[in-house]
Amino acid sequence: MTTTEQGSPPPVPGTLPAPPEEIAARVKALEAIFIEKGFVTEEAVDKIAEMYEKEVGPHRGAKVVAKAWTDPVFRERLLEDASAACRELGIGGVQGEDMVVVENTEGVHNVIVCTLCSCYPWPTLGLPPNWYKYPAYRSRMVKEPRVVLQDEFGLDLPDSTEIKVWDTSAELRYWVLPERPAGTEGMSEEELASLVTRDSMIGVGLPKQPGSAS
Amino acid sequence: MNGVHDLGGTEGLGRVAPTKEGEEPVFYSDWERAVFAMLVPSLLAGINLDEFRHGIERMHPAEYLSSRYYEHWLYTMEKNLIEKGVIDAKELEERTRYYLENPGAPLPARQDAEQTRSLLEIMRAGVSTRMPKQGDPQFKPGQPVRVKNYHPSGHTRLARYLRGKLGIVDRVYDSFVFPDTNSKLEGENPQHVYSVRFDAQEVWGPETSEPAEMIYFDFWEPYLEAA
Repeated sequence: MTTTEQGSPPPVPGTLPAPPEEIAARVKALEAIFIEKGFVTEEAVDKIAEMYEKEVGPHRGAKVVAKAWTDPVFRERLLEDASAACRELGIGGVQGEDMVVVENTEGVHNVIVCTLCSCYPWPTLGLPPNWYKYPAYRSRMVKEPRVVLQDEFGLDLPDSTEIKVWDTSAELRYWVLPERPAGTEGMSEEELASLVTRDSMIGVGLPKQPGSAS
Repeated sequence: MNGVHDLGGTEGLGRVAPTKEGEEPVFYSDWERAVFAMLVPSLLAGINLDEFRHGIERMHPAEYLSSRYYEHWLYTMEKNLIEKGVIDAKELEERTRYYLENPGAPLPARQDAEQTRSLLEIMRAGVSTRMPKQGDPQFKPGQPVRVKNYHPSGHTRLARYLRGKLGIVDRVYDSFVFPDTNSKLEGENPQHVYSVRFDAQEVWGPETSEPAEMIYFDFWEPYLEAA
């Protein structure tokens, strides 16, 4: 019997996750070059990031949904041209130039995904959570939406409910108009908006029930 | 390109691990804030949106799958701007080493209130890629269409899992910049966009799909043919 000891085969090209300090240094180096070349300033970086931390978020979509629940004419306009309807409320911006709202109805449930990258309507939902951008959601939502909704999001839909999955592959940015919960008659727009969750506008959840704790 | 980014229907990538709404910070770190904020400046520096996306698709698959989301953006900014000669690879490397050894060192000081105002205005107003095209759309709502069996090696927004599949045109939109040519600087070449509806049983086969599931996907006109 012969033995062979000639080292290890060459590694498969590619790398494992980079240490965060290395990424931070790469970003700082790029930012420094951007600043010197006049592309950006430290102040602009801070203000742009702050805009998405403090100003833009799912509370804006919730406001739109609550208005659609209480104003049928606005609801029509929202379903016809979501970006124009949102502009009426002063809501718009990058990644929301051409938005499309799809409506949940009795027996029809909508959900959004981007299998090719992570397209998402920033002006109304804010920046997407990491799970929306990560491979598991993007690979599975188009193949087994009912299973993912039930097992991972705890959303148990009746078998008879048709699930429409919107894979946002072009420049249209879809989001969901959830059904108004029962028992909310007489609630103000502001009270209704507090029931609308980000997840209900992605389609992986439903709005909160009135009187629920969280 | 038939790249790792084209994830629809891929198996073995694990369970979705949703965080509770409101629990996750918008940005985890200063570096994430900086990468996000450099998006529009990097586009203004000479990368178009389709080149930006294609840059991400050119990451090595192992790196693509194992890196944090904003590392994808960092990668494509570096790659595109180096390829275009806007920034110098050696300089970037030297500066990276400097900040690795001196993480607390300051950034260069530069003030430009007008630029800050203008960048914020772009974020608030957006930049649509909707663009008029001569001629009427070729397909109508309700019309059956087949997705072309089309495997370009460059950038495309035609996902693999739908190639060759039969669907029904659901909506006809305006025309938009065509990614396949724009990513190669071969023209904005606007084309009509369609939302096409597929029965999951057509896409995944009757034995390996569930009833009452529909997939809607947006196609630029050149991705489709009459069926």
